[in-house]
Amino acid sequence: MPELRLRINGEDHKADVAPQVSLLDVLREHLWLTGTKKGCDQGACGACTVLVDGRRIVSCLALAVQYEGREITTIEGVDHPLQEAFVRHDGLQCGYCTPGQICSAIGMLSEHAAGAPSAATEALAPEALTPAEIRERMSGNICRCGAYNGIAEAIQEVAS
Amino acid sequence: MKTFNYLRATDVDVALQRIAVEPGARFLGGGTNLVDLMREGIEAPETLIDITRLPLDGIEELPDGGLRIGALVRNSDLAAHPVVRGRYPFLSQAILLGATGQIRNMATVGGNLLQRTRCLYFYDEASACNKREPGAGCAAREGFNRGNAVLGTSDACVATHPSDMAVALAAIDAVVEVRSSRGTRHIPLTEFHLLPGTTPHLESQLESDELITAVELPPLPVAAHSYYRKVRDRASYAFALVSVAAALDFGADGRIADVRLALGGVATKPWRARTAEQLLLGAAASEDSFATAAAAELAAAVPLPGNAFKIDLACRTVVAVLRRLTTERSGS
Amino acid sequence: MTTHAKTPVDPAPSVPVGGAVGRPVDRRDGHAKVTGAARFSAEHHYPDLTYATMVHATIARGTITAIDTAAAVAVPGVVAVLTHLNAPRIRPVRKGNIVRDLGPSVSGTEVNYLNTDQVFWDGQPIAVVVAQTSVAANEAAPLVTVTYREQQARVDFAAEQHNATPAKGDLTFAGTKKKGDAEAALATAQVSVDLRYTTPGLQHNTIEPHATIAVWSGDHLTVHDTTQSTDASHKYLAWRFGVPAAQVRVRAEFVGGAFGGKFAVWPGTVIAAMAAKAVGRPVRLALSRKAVSRAAGGRTASTNRIALGATRDGRLTALIQDSITHVGSVGGLLEATSSPARHLYGAKNMLTRQNLVEMDLLPNTWLRAPGEAIGSFVLESAMDELAYELAMDPIDLRMRNEPATDPTSGKKFSQRMLREAFEAGAERFGWADRNPSPRSMRDGEWLVGMGAATAYHPVLRLVADVKVRLSNDGTALVQCGFHEMGMAAATVQAQIAADALGIAYEKVRVEYGDSDLPPGPMAGNSNQTATVATSVLAACAELTRKVTALARKTGTTGQEPAATLRAAHTPFLEASVGSTSRLGSLRSQGRFLATFLKDQRWSKAARGAQFCEVRVNADTGELRISRWLGMFDVGHIINPKTAASQLRGSIVMGIGMAMSEQTLVDPRNGRTMSAGLDSYYLPVHADIPPIDVAWLNEPDKSMPLGIIGLGEVGMTGVAAAIANAVYHATGRRIRDLPISLDKTL
Repeated sequence: MPELRLRINGEDHKADVAPQVSLLDVLREHLWLTGTKKGCDQGACGACTVLVDGRRIVSCLALAVQYEGREITTIEGVDHPLQEAFVRHDGLQCGYCTPGQICSAIGMLSEHAAGAPSAATEALAPEALTPAEIRERMSGNICRCGAYNGIAEAIQEVAS
Repeated sequence: MKTFNYLRATDVDVALQRIAVEPGARFLGGGTNLVDLMREGIEAPETLIDITRLPLDGIEELPDGGLRIGALVRNSDLAAHPVVRGRYPFLSQAILLGATGQIRNMATVGGNLLQRTRCLYFYDEASACNKREPGAGCAAREGFNRGNAVLGTSDACVATHPSDMAVALAAIDAVVEVRSSRGTRHIPLTEFHLLPGTTPHLESQLESDELITAVELPPLPVAAHSYYRKVRDRASYAFALVSVAAALDFGADGRIADVRLALGGVATKPWRARTAEQLLLGAAASEDSFATAAAAELAAAVPLPGNAFKIDLACRTVVAVLRRLTTERSGS
Repeated sequence: MTTHAKTPVDPAPSVPVGGAVGRPVDRRDGHAKVTGAARFSAEHHYPDLTYATMVHATIARGTITAIDTAAAVAVPGVVAVLTHLNAPRIRPVRKGNIVRDLGPSVSGTEVNYLNTDQVFWDGQPIAVVVAQTSVAANEAAPLVTVTYREQQARVDFAAEQHNATPAKGDLTFAGTKKKGDAEAALATAQVSVDLRYTTPGLQHNTIEPHATIAVWSGDHLTVHDTTQSTDASHKYLAWRFGVPAAQVRVRAEFVGGAFGGKFAVWPGTVIAAMAAKAVGRPVRLALSRKAVSRAAGGRTASTNRIALGATRDGRLTALIQDSITHVGSVGGLLEATSSPARHLYGAKNMLTRQNLVEMDLLPNTWLRAPGEAIGSFVLESAMDELAYELAMDPIDLRMRNEPATDPTSGKKFSQRMLREAFEAGAERFGWADRNPSPRSMRDGEWLVGMGAATAYHPVLRLVADVKVRLSNDGTALVQCGFHEMGMAAATVQAQIAADALGIAYEKVRVEYGDSDLPPGPMAGNSNQTATVATSVLAACAELTRKVTALARKTGTTGQEPAATLRAAHTPFLEASVGSTSRLGSLRSQGRFLATFLKDQRWSKAARGAQFCEVRVNADTGELRISRWLGMFDVGHIINPKTAASQLRGSIVMGIGMAMSEQTLVDPRNGRTMSAGLDSYYLPVHADIPPIDVAWLNEPDKSMPLGIIGLGEVGMTGVAAAIANAVYHATGRRIRDLPISLDKTL
C-alpha cells in the first residue's frame, strides 16, 4: 500500500491507507484530527466540511488519495473571528455540526467575496450578503439542534 | 467499499489507452456520486482512474458565440462564469439549485451528466431493482415512488434522472464531446441519456472506454431570456419533484418566436419538452396557451400512486415559469 | 416579560458575584466546540483500537437458518466476525420497576443481541465484523450472507389498526381517562367537529450518529457512549454482562444531539461491549446513518380521532381523542398523544383513549415531546377547525375554555399563564391584522396565512445526587452525572451554584457526563435543569451553613467563603446530596418518591402560544415559513441566551415535523426506506426564518428557583400552528403530516 502524503493545516502528514479511505476517515481515524465530524457519510449533512485550497468540500465524498498535494484546512487549523461569533451568538448547541458549519461559512464568505452567485441571488449578480443569501448558501450544513438563527447572526456579523 | 486499484491520470491519451485494456476500470472525477455508490456497494470498479488532474477544466468562448466547457470544470465555476450567467442564465440557476456549495465545488460537468438515480430502491441493497441488477424486478413501482418518474418510464424502471444541470443543457441543445482511443464523437445532450426500456442498467450512450471531454453550448439568443425553476420538498438542497428549464422570446407581433422547454424530476432522462415547444411556437403568450402546451407534453405521462400529483404540478410549474418569463420580457 | 428577536449577547465580559442567574452567559463548552477540541464518543483514542460494523437483518420476522461469514473473515484486517453462533453470551434483559432502578427501562429492545437466531425487525443487528480499520470492517460486513426462514410479519400500520387494543398506561399516564359522557355530549352539542388526523413515524437523526467505544480491563468495562442516561445505562450494561455496577463506567462528556434517541441503550452499545470482550481489545462501533435508522428507534406513527362539541358561544361540552400508535414486538413506548387533550381545556365531558398495536418493527422510543408533539398537532388543529365552525377567533375560543383547575385531575395549577402568553403574543405578532377569511391574504404568487396554537409540556422532576466542593482558593467544583447534549447544562448549573455559594461564576467548575460521578438524572422529559438544580441548591445551602459555622468559629464575616476557609486552615469543604451506597440508593429513591408525590399535588407544565405566518405558492403548493413567534410561560429563566436557543431549536424541529420529516417504512416488508439524510428531509438553513422567542419569566413557585424545563415545549403546537396557517392561506385543511406540497395544491 503506497504511503499517502497529505498537507493539512500547513503540516505534512503521512498515512498508510488503502485508496478507498475517505479524506474524512484519514483525518478522524488515522491522524486523530477528530474535529471534522462524520454525520451521514453521504454528502447530505455537511458536518465533514473542510477547506481544500480555500474551497469548501465535503470530506466524506473525497477519497483521500485524490487530495495529495493540496492544501487542506480542518477546524483544527482554523483561527477565524467566526469562531468567537458562533459562541457569542450561541450558533451551536450540541456542537457536532459546528466545525463543519464554521469551515463551510469561511468558504462561503470567500465565494461571495469572489462574486459567486447563489440560488438566492436575484439576476445572478450578488451584492450584499443578505440573510436570505446566508441561509441559501449555508443550506448544505444541517444543524439538528436548530441553531440556525444564531449561526446566521454570527456569519452576518463577521461578514459586515 | 470494495478494494480497488487507484491510478492518477496526467495525460488524456494515456488514460484512454489504459481504460481500453481494462474493462473493469472507471474514471473518477469529483467523486460526489461515484464514491457514494461504491460505499453503498452499488458500484464496485476494480480500478479507478483519477482524471481530476487532466487539463480538461477550461471554459472557452467559441467564435460562433457558443461556449466550450471542459468536462472537469467544477459545477460552481460553471455557474459563476460570466458568460453563462449572461447568455445562459437558466444553466447557472440549474447548477446553483442542484446541490450544496460544497458539492458544487467538487462535482464536475462530466460527472454531473453521469450521476445515477436517487430512487430509494436503487440505493437499497436489499430491494429489487432492475437498474442495479437486471431482471431482479422493480420495488419502486408498488413502493415509495414520490420521487420517481412519470415520463419515459417502462415496466422495468421508473427511476428519475436526478440532474438539474442536464435539464438546462437539454433545453440548450448542448453537445457532449466524448473521446476514446478509437476517436472522438459528438452526441447531442438530448440523445446522450437513454430511456430505460427493458435495459434500465444502460443509462447513456457512453461506452465503457469513453471519456466525456467537453460539453459544447451552441449560440442561443433565446437563452438569454431563460429561467430555471425547481420545486422540491424543502427550500434548499433536495432533489426536484418537478423542475422546469425554459427560455422564451417574442416576435414583433407579440407572438412566441422562440422557445425552449425541458423538464426535470418527472422523467427517466433530462426531458426536452418538444411537444410543448411546437405548440408554443407562434402562439400568443397566455395562461391558456401555456397550459395547453404543458398538458400536451404531460399527456403521455404514466402516473404511479405516489407520484400522480407530479403531472398537475409539472403543468402548473411550466405555466408559472412561462408567465414569469413573459412578464419579464414585457417589463424590459 | 422578556423578549428576544435575536440571540441575547452578554454586554459585559465578566459576571458579577451574585448576578449569574438570569444572565445570558455564553455556553462554557463553546470554545471547545468551535475549535474541534471537544471529543465525542467515537473520538477517543486507544492504541490498539479495533473498528466494528454491524450486519443487519433484511427480513422483518423469522429465523436465521444459516449464516456464512467465511468471505467476511477472509478480508484482510478482519479480526473477528461474531454471530449468534459464536458471540459471547449475555444475560436477558431484566424486568424491573421504574422507581427502584431505571436500568430495565433503558433497554431499547428486549432482544438478546447475537445470542438468538430470531429476527424481530428488518434491520435487527445479527452479526458484527471487527477489524483493524473501519474500511476493512465496512468492506467485510456486506459479505456476510444469511439464510432465513421467514414468517408472516405485521409491518403495515394502516392494515394493522384493527388489531389495536386499549393501552394500560403507567403511574404517570393512564391509558384511558373519562369524565362524564363525552359521546352523548358530542351527539347533542350545538356545534361539533369529528375529525381524523394522522402523523408518520419520525426519526431523531441527531447529526452525531450513535457510537460506542467499549474497553474491557479484566472484569471492568469502560464505555464511551452516545447516551443521555449514563447512570441507567451503566446499571443496564452491568446486568447484561453479569458484573457489579461499580465495575462498569459509562462516559459521555459530549453528546452530539439526543432528543430522546440516546436515552435507551440500543443494540450498538451492547454489541460493542460484546465484541470488545470477544477480541480482547477496545472496539469502536460507530453506526452509519443507515445503521442508526435500522438499529435505534424513532417516533411511532399515529392515527387519531378527535371530536369536539361546543355550545354556540364556544364553550366545550365534549372532547374525545382516540389515538392508535404502535410498539414493536420486542419493546416500545406508549406515546402519550392524549396528554395535551387532558390538560388544556375545560371541557365538561371528556374521553381520551390510547390504543396500541404491536408490530414487527424496530421498537419506537422517546422523541422530543413524546405524546405532546403529536397530541398538540391533533388537538390544536381541531380547535382551529372548531373555531371556524363557530365563526370565532381561534384564540378567543381557547381563552373561553381556560380551566380554573386541571380539567382531568381537578388539581390546582402550580402556575398557568396561558392567557397572558396569548395576549402578549397576539400583540407582539400583530394577530389583529389578520383577516380571518381563508385565502384572503396574498403577496404576489404567494398565498399568506397566519396560524396560532397552544404549546404544552408537563413537568417531571427526577432525582440527582450531587457533590459540591468549596475550596479555600475560592473555587468550587460541582459533580453530577448529568448530560450535555447541547442544552448548556453545565453552564446553567454553574450559574446556579455560583449565586448559591456567593462566589464568581468563573470560579465554578462542573463535572458531568460520567457514571463514576454522583448519579444524575437521565436527560429527558425536560427534567434535568430543575432536577439537578434541586440538589445543587441543597448541597450549596449545606455548604453555606458550614461556612457560616466556620465563620463564627474563626471570627470572619463569612461574606467571602474562601477567606473563612483560609482563616480556619481548612483546604476545602464538601457537601453531598445522595450517595451510591445501598442505603444511599434507597434514600435517593425515597427522595424521588417524596419529590414526585410533592409535585403531584399540582398540575404543572410548561406552556406557550405559538404564532406563525406562512406562504404557500399558488402555483406549486410549496410552503415557506415567513415569521414565527413563540411566547412562553416557562418559569424563571436561568440563562436567556441558551434558553432562547433551546426554544428556537425545538421550534425548528417542529417545523421539520410539519413540513418534511417522515419515516418511510415499506408496508410490504417493514424495511425503513428513509434510512439516509437524502431521503429523510431535515429542515435546512433556508427553511428557517428568524424565530422570535419570548417568555413571561414568572417563576413557578413550586419549583426550585421557579424553573420549568423548556427543552421540549417549543416543539409542541408548532405543526398545528403551521397547519392552521396553511388553512388560512389556502382554505385547505391538512390533517396528515407532513404538509407536503401535493397536499396543499
